[in-house]
Amino acid sequence: MTRRASMAASLVGFGVSVAAIFLLPSVLELFTLINATIYVSMAILALSLALIWGYGGILCFGQAAFFGLGGYTYAVAAINFGDSTWAVVLAMVVPALFAALLGYFMFWGRIGDVYLGVITLTMTLIFFKLFNATAGDAYKIGKAALGGFNGIPSTPPLNLPWDVGSPLAPEDIWYIAASLLVLLYFGSRWLLRTSFGRVVVSIRENERRSELLGYDVRRYKLGIFTIGGAMAGISGILFANCVFVSPTMFSLFYSAQVIIWVTVGGIGTLLGPIIGAIALQMIVAKLGTLEVIDPNVVLGSILLLFVLLVPKGLLPLMQSGFDRLRRPKAPVPVEPAIRPTATPAARRPEPVSAPVGSAPATNTLGGS
Amino acid sequence: MDLAVVVLLQVIAAVASLVLISIGLAVIFGMMRVINLAHGEFIMLGAYAVIYATRWGVNLWVAMLVVAPIVVGLIGVVVERTVIRFLYGRMIDTMLATWGLSLLLIGAATMIFGNVTAGVSAPLGGVTIGEYQTSLYELVIVAIVTAVVLALMAVLRFTQAGLIARATMQNPAMAASLGIDTSKVYAVTFGAGAALSGLAGALISPLSGVVPTMGVAYVAKAFITVISGGAAIITGTLSASTLLGSLNTLATFVATPVIGEVTLLFAAIVLLRILPQGITGKFFRRAL
Amino acid sequence: MSSMLERRKVLKAAVAGAATAATGPWFIKDLYAADEIKIAGIHDASGGLDLLGRPMIDVLTMAVEEANAAGGLLGKQIKLINYDAQSNIQYYTQYATQAATKDKVAVVHAGITSASREAIRPVLKRFNTLYFYNTLYEGGVCDRNCFCTGSTPAQTVEKLIPYAMKKFNGKKIYVLAADYNYGQITSKWVKKYTQDDGGSIVAIDFFPLDVTDFGPTIKKIQAAKPDIIMSVLVGGSHISFYRQWAASGMKKQIPMASTTFGLGNEHVVVSPEEGNGILASYAYFHEVASPANTEFIKRYQKRFGDKAAPLTEVAAMTWHGFQLWAQGVKKAGTVDRMKVIEALEGGMSYEGPAGKSTIDSATHHDILDVYIGEAENKKFKLLQSFSQQKPADTAAVCDLKKNPNDNQQYIIDVKV
Repeated sequence: MTRRASMAASLVGFGVSVAAIFLLPSVLELFTLINATIYVSMAILALSLALIWGYGGILCFGQAAFFGLGGYTYAVAAINFGDSTWAVVLAMVVPALFAALLGYFMFWGRIGDVYLGVITLTMTLIFFKLFNATAGDAYKIGKAALGGFNGIPSTPPLNLPWDVGSPLAPEDIWYIAASLLVLLYFGSRWLLRTSFGRVVVSIRENERRSELLGYDVRRYKLGIFTIGGAMAGISGILFANCVFVSPTMFSLFYSAQVIIWVTVGGIGTLLGPIIGAIALQMIVAKLGTLEVIDPNVVLGSILLLFVLLVPKGLLPLMQSGFDRLRRPKAPVPVEPAIRPTATPAARRPEPVSAPVGSAPATNTLGGS
Repeated sequence: MDLAVVVLLQVIAAVASLVLISIGLAVIFGMMRVINLAHGEFIMLGAYAVIYATRWGVNLWVAMLVVAPIVVGLIGVVVERTVIRFLYGRMIDTMLATWGLSLLLIGAATMIFGNVTAGVSAPLGGVTIGEYQTSLYELVIVAIVTAVVLALMAVLRFTQAGLIARATMQNPAMAASLGIDTSKVYAVTFGAGAALSGLAGALISPLSGVVPTMGVAYVAKAFITVISGGAAIITGTLSASTLLGSLNTLATFVATPVIGEVTLLFAAIVLLRILPQGITGKFFRRAL
Repeated sequence: MSSMLERRKVLKAAVAGAATAATGPWFIKDLYAADEIKIAGIHDASGGLDLLGRPMIDVLTMAVEEANAAGGLLGKQIKLINYDAQSNIQYYTQYATQAATKDKVAVVHAGITSASREAIRPVLKRFNTLYFYNTLYEGGVCDRNCFCTGSTPAQTVEKLIPYAMKKFNGKKIYVLAADYNYGQITSKWVKKYTQDDGGSIVAIDFFPLDVTDFGPTIKKIQAAKPDIIMSVLVGGSHISFYRQWAASGMKKQIPMASTTFGLGNEHVVVSPEEGNGILASYAYFHEVASPANTEFIKRYQKRFGDKAAPLTEVAAMTWHGFQLWAQGVKKAGTVDRMKVIEALEGGMSYEGPAGKSTIDSATHHDILDVYIGEAENKKFKLLQSFSQQKPADTAAVCDLKKNPNDNQQYIIDVKV
């Protein structure tokens, strides 16, 4: 696709999404709209991992930690302040700070690959256990009781900035959530075009080479990780507004789901994970009410089939199919300028060209 | 004095149970560089194997020590032939695929066994140590785990099969060119790892409720233990289990079960920060 | 478009907590238009709490079927929508929203854990849908939209503690409790009643619902040497405690009472060696020997088979809860929420399998008959019964006659 065509496509996409944001509330039932808001908030979570993992090459198993922190910070702050304005700000700052701290701990310790996954996963489990154990009276932050296993069922809804008397209706929260998704998507695209974004991608492609070129790899990784943390925090705020905050936000279930969405949608793309998140949630919700088949069976099979058959994910598959149709012979890059043809190094240490099952291609951990 | 003995026993039991739930994962990871996130579900299947075998009149010990490992080992071989063998050398992909497999198995178990809590009673009863009583079954588990670890060491060190397995692990290309059917070695290794996980589930079943989702509680702990241990299968698992298990139990005694768990997890994080390749990445490098 | 605007207005009002009469026209319209009355049940049919949830769903289903066979309610058939919350709190919120805004049901019978109740209650209040909570719990809920038909500690624990202390001839109690609001608050009541009766608490340990390894705890208990163990443990994972306790041989040494054992048919799941001798107190046991109960169980077993799980308080109170609601509807002559609430507040009572339940209009809790039983070979042997116990705990803090707009769960300040 040429630069111009891609620009045109973005404009069309932007127009369609804006139209959808404003049309859906008049078409959908209230219940469906609330669910759609949940899907959108989860799509933001998927987008955050798409940045960290797909472009930063950082396999984070603990995106749920930032998601939950965002939700809890929002709930606790909103209950204490009575007004949601600063609560929203805090709920982005706290997960970002935590991500920065955790990132510093990991990247300056030169921890990579699977080990990074284990640390982020462990961190999430710690949050899960700790927040589950806060049912006692002693666990109060200001006026907000953390509630342990219960969570905080009476999470206050967002209100107009500095206007406590005007809480927002579910429709308003839909507008906010959907606009944020569009905004964050285009924001991420912009970010990846800046020199910062390009260096981040180059590190994913070849960490050693980027370092030899003089970039402080750790800082760039920390930067993208922190941004991803803040985005997951935003997702947590929106989720808290549709459901409520409870320790399940920190559960393995959410960490796992995000990874599945990104894998299915297409790692190394931004739009893919968003589509993956929304589509898969719709499928699972549908199956949950049908009671014919356990949703886990479907989710598991989808992930398994995608890893085996469509390792690049849905979106790149569709794009390459589309490009092949248009220009049958010329091999074209799958993605616009910044999207590399190769899949992330973190995911595929070496192309598998040897006969399947012959031998593991690598024998050392993190040696790519 | 009695208390000290009892606490020590509890620590040993905790370490043994950590070794038990991790060793299957460690074999698969150490030999094949495959991280099997369906490990928890292999444990779950082992537990169900015991429940159903005893319902059909099989003796409890036979069900635990023979039926469960065989059943789950066979399932492991099937999984290796149908999924894992396409993904060698792609560590992250094997993680994702086995994660999918894990969800699939949980869902399938829910549909087949029903999402209800099943269980068998612990055999044997208690033993008295001074003023204290403890479950004899816990001690038997410690004995079984010790035997399994010793057997595993002996197999790897002294048998032809162990030699082939280690050779394949160290240099697959060389092993293949020497005429070893590496793909068969992988299938058998994966099956053996799965059988060990099945044994773990079987031995756990009398102590906890058996539900389709029970594996989730173990997989994270096992994963953390194995990675903290590093590349050496047995030494790594033993050393990490000893460290993490003792910390967990002592913290549980002093404070609460939650603090115990959190201490374990936190210790693992700090450990990985200091030793990014796990314990055996730095110490006991030449151990098994 | 106009309907959307109205809905927006309504929701804004509802969120502000000011919606009462104004919301009527918009959705009650649908309710009257239908020739059937929709009601919803949200319980856990799967996951760790299925032991409790399944009988509740069965009994609610049976209640609706029998009511329909007898001609329905106000001449209309009742349609029951059962949701399985899969032991996941998030689904409770989701399904409660769905029941209120999409199905537009007349009443929701729902919730097992206190956590699930506190997830549902604000949702149904916000969308003006009547709510029945039929599980025994820690007390203190004060909300005019909600009726709590199960027993509370002032009705059961108050009787159980002195009974256990006398029977086991001991004064030092070690408490094991589930780590969420039910366990936290109930353990306080245990402490209060123990001290009122001249006993003392050795320790209170809390366990998250997913804990299965009680090894260290069992050693801790032995070191503390209590006379009695009080179990406030909940759910499938915690059953491991009874197993491990018996396996360690301690069961023969220290006797046990429980506020929860048997409620999820724990006494059937564990073996007689593991369960026998444990004391419990509820507003209903399967073994209650009244003609009404015998007849009820016969119908239940006919409908769900001889092997259907024994019924416990949560199932029996689901039955009582449904019957009380149906009586309220008949008296009001409509399913309109406020009119039914007013009808129920007029001292409505129902005599059924568990004895007599009377709604206490000040607290929206039930005045109940209470029993103490001892587990014996996968059944309970009834030892004593107490007639018409008042919900004194909630009554101490809640008066909906004086403050009809009250809406919270009081954490009762137990003086200990």
